[in-house]
Amino acid sequence: MKLTLRVWRQRTPEAEGAMATYEVDGISADMSFLEMLDTLNEELILAGDDPVAFDHDCREGICGACSLVINGEAHGPERTTTCQLHMRSFRDGDTIDIEPWRAAAFPVVRDLVVDRSAFDRVIQAGGYVSVPTGAAPEAHATPVPKADADFAFEHAECIGCGACVAACPNGSAMLFTSAKVNHLNVLPQGAPERESRVLDMVEAMDAEGFGGCTNTGECAVACPKGIPLPSIAAMNREYLRATMRGR
Amino acid sequence: MAVTGLAMLAYLVAHMLGNLKIFFGSGDFNGYAHWLRTIGEPVLHHEWFLWLARVGLVVAVVLHAVAAYQLSRRDIAARPAKYERKRRRASYATRTMRWGGIILGLFIVWHLLDLTTLTVNPRAEAGHPYENVVASFRTWYSGALYIVAMLALGLHIRHGFWSAAQTLGAGSARRDRLFKALANGLALLLTCGFIAVPVAVMTGAVS
Repeated sequence: MKLTLRVWRQRTPEAEGAMATYEVDGISADMSFLEMLDTLNEELILAGDDPVAFDHDCREGICGACSLVINGEAHGPERTTTCQLHMRSFRDGDTIDIEPWRAAAFPVVRDLVVDRSAFDRVIQAGGYVSVPTGAAPEAHATPVPKADADFAFEHAECIGCGACVAACPNGSAMLFTSAKVNHLNVLPQGAPERESRVLDMVEAMDAEGFGGCTNTGECAVACPKGIPLPSIAAMNREYLRATMRGR
Repeated sequence: MAVTGLAMLAYLVAHMLGNLKIFFGSGDFNGYAHWLRTIGEPVLHHEWFLWLARVGLVVAVVLHAVAAYQLSRRDIAARPAKYERKRRRASYATRTMRWGGIILGLFIVWHLLDLTTLTVNPRAEAGHPYENVVASFRTWYSGALYIVAMLALGLHIRHGFWSAAQTLGAGSARRDRLFKALANGLALLLTCGFIAVPVAVMTGAVS
């Protein structure tokens, strides 16, 4: 496959960025999208240019490190992470636009790499459970109804990649925060901090400069893990409950 | 936004049902308009209920607009850089909430000048709402303006009602389709109910 790539290049967080155009040849349909970028970078290095900086880690679709808005869609045209996107989703001769996540809370560090530490601070505000240390407790000591376990697991799938924020026209982190809140709030292990968790995490989310939710639904469409849109309603329910009960 | 929106929506349902009395003739419609001024008597003075409702509605409209302005400011600040290319997945109704809201706001001003204060009404005879409505909708611009505004209203409610359910935490995976169906149903019902009046006047069914 021969492709034309239009890639966002930006040397430093303060520098003005711009789209740069590159041609890559010899791309196999079986390559992953990141392998295609590796090929581009090898050619750039051989030519004495700076390689394109992009985030990646496990390349198995489970770590949440990779990002990229590809042809206007977070993680590209398939419902998966960029690392699990394959070149068979594109055609020979295509022009592919590659941009970083865009949000005030996710400043560009370099090229396609953005700083997602805002998510870490939202997690620090309440995305944990306080449990006594020691030997692992007996698994059946705390019964969890199947429906609750399924609900928690559905939300535990969130890998914190930030595609929801990137896709949202308001740069809102509601889907991410709701996944974390719902995951822990439905379980007995999360019950002691149920109220403070949702109040603190929403406060931290707002403080990071994420936008407000207007229920456009773009986030849930972009989510590689399929966190559903009603998760946001579930978090709003928790928030109202916590507001009425107090911490 | 959700609470004020739902309050206005409840009013619109009552308003639309009242409008349909026009199909029962001048006596019924004008009698209904007169009755609106006597609600709550003798506890409330003449027209007091009407004024209480008006104050409530103005408060709802203003709070709704202020909340929309604040939310929009925050949302635009949270996404300072645009994408070179963006594939949008949100529905037309969702994408037109801001401009649709502004159009509806402007329409409300026109609507009050036309049929409440009668400033721009071609007949402008106080106490004869039936005749004023017919006179207004006989002009092409008034009817066209009304129909366009009601289509905008339908789109606004289509996203707004479902969105309010999400905001207030009523939505869930199981109830999502129910709320979407309710939103579509309400939008269709209100748009058709409101548009029926100018269409009837324009076609001569009501004169």
